[in-house]
Amino acid sequence: MPALPLDDAGPYVAAAYLVFLALILIYVAIMASKLVRIARDLDEVAELIERRDETRSGAADESAEQPVPR
Amino acid sequence: MFARGLKSLSIASVVLIVGAFALVFFYAPNDADQGFVQKIFYLHVPLAIVALCGFVAGGVFGIQFLRTGDRSHDLRSYVAIHISLILAVGALITGSIWAKASWGHWWVWDEPTLVSFLIVFLLYACYQPLRFAIEDPGRQARTAAVFSITAGAFVPLNFLAVRLAESFTHPRVLSATGGSMPGEMRLTFLVSLAGMAVMFVTLWKYELTSKQASMRLRALKRRLADEDDRWVPAGRSAAPQEL
Repeated sequence: MPALPLDDAGPYVAAAYLVFLALILIYVAIMASKLVRIARDLDEVAELIERRDETRSGAADESAEQPVPR
Repeated sequence: MFARGLKSLSIASVVLIVGAFALVFFYAPNDADQGFVQKIFYLHVPLAIVALCGFVAGGVFGIQFLRTGDRSHDLRSYVAIHISLILAVGALITGSIWAKASWGHWWVWDEPTLVSFLIVFLLYACYQPLRFAIEDPGRQARTAAVFSITAGAFVPLNFLAVRLAESFTHPRVLSATGGSMPGEMRLTFLVSLAGMAVMFVTLWKYELTSKQASMRLRALKRRLADEDDRWVPAGRSAAPQEL
């Protein structure tokens, strides 16, 4: 086939480079959504630690309030 | 463990890819035979080469996993194959666009280079379903390693077979017979190839770092939740779940 003139070849070249750009952007978007999930998990871990600390300090207070046997 | 050098790699890949695209459109001359449409070559060929190298790298990490039993090699292999599959999709689509522009057809079934690349792609498309089908993590990792080694060995064999076969329409790049390019085109192609390779390594490390972070977080959550007896195990996954 003879070489396509610039006007006809332009859309094909643009389409190929846009496909590459789209693939990279979709990949980055998926990775960003995973990052959001990691951030949510991190919040959950922080909450678990907070709750555990509260339980432990509550238990320590209760044992401190009990009268010492003579 | 995986995040080291990620920032400099990211900068290098952006600089190389932007530089390569600038060279493609402002420095490399138009091809005498194909004209402007040949600019797709600087994207399509590096995508295909880096994808095939990534598949082979997946096999090499598979060997390392079977030799050492270190689960981080299984993760490396998984991520290398995952990113190679994405690049292979890019190579197939851009190749199809180029074929339509220069041959008048989206796909040519009697061309060995195209069909062999499609076979390699379809072979690796089975990798994730295979992993997902196996629930036991140890068995999943071992089976995936065997698959990655076998398929990884198939890639260079396939490449050699295509080289030996008679080509009808697909041009040969950087060969003694049909691939001699002028200096500007060669430089542009090499910068594009380097950019694509560095981008592959960057994305590979990026995904490894992300997966490692979520694995550590999951382990931490399990340890904390075990104390409350509230731990809900994660569901089945194709990706490695722990190191």
